[in-house]
Amino acid sequence: MTITANKNGTALEVALAGRLDTMTAPELEKELNEQLDGAEKLVFDFASVEYISSAGLRVLLSAHKKMSTKGGMTIKNINEIVREVFEVTGFTDILNIE
Amino acid sequence: MKTMTVEAAIHNIPQVTEWVDAELDILHCPVKARMQIDIAMDEILSNIAYYAYAPGTGEMTVGFEALPDGHGAWFEFTDRGRPYNPLENAEPDISLPAEDRSEGGLGILLVRKTMDEVRYEYRDGANVLTIRKNWIQG
Repeated sequence: MTITANKNGTALEVALAGRLDTMTAPELEKELNEQLDGAEKLVFDFASVEYISSAGLRVLLSAHKKMSTKGGMTIKNINEIVREVFEVTGFTDILNIE
Repeated sequence: MKTMTVEAAIHNIPQVTEWVDAELDILHCPVKARMQIDIAMDEILSNIAYYAYAPGTGEMTVGFEALPDGHGAWFEFTDRGRPYNPLENAEPDISLPAEDRSEGGLGILLVRKTMDEVRYEYRDGANVLTIRKNWIQG
């Protein structure tokens, strides 16, 4: 998986590519730990995400909780598989999906 | 049934996934079903790697067999760690708000919802989890 983080003022946009799974989720967690402190708003671009497993869901849930007291977190450009994973696990009710 | 045995460690999951994906390509498995299978394998193999032998180590075996009509396959996951039936766990409450969510149980929930059959048995000192996925050829 590749992670591309761009800061625009206090907004952080993170573009992911590949599989967000057991092996790659810790990389994203580490990146967010380093970048989230100054961020008021977080946007994930999932355009190139192939799929996500529960290991990835855990990282998203944790980021969502951190951002909920600030400007919030949004996920955009999810594919059919990612949408199914979000729906089956009830994450569509929690997350802000564009 | 074709099998692959590796040390039960998460860094071995990509290697097993690659092997299964190659078998699925031979069967012309549609991309969506292949990704659902890859996710299910990530859930099951990470569970074995993290918990089956902790704090020690051991092996995990993945078996693969195409259905006779070629429109689906069986997958068998075996470890010789502590007896553990993941299907006995209560399903997580997915209607809770984010702050009340616990993070456990989502993996096996995904497996149950996206596969066509999931079975567990403790056989000859081993945990055997078997899943079946059917697909319609595109």
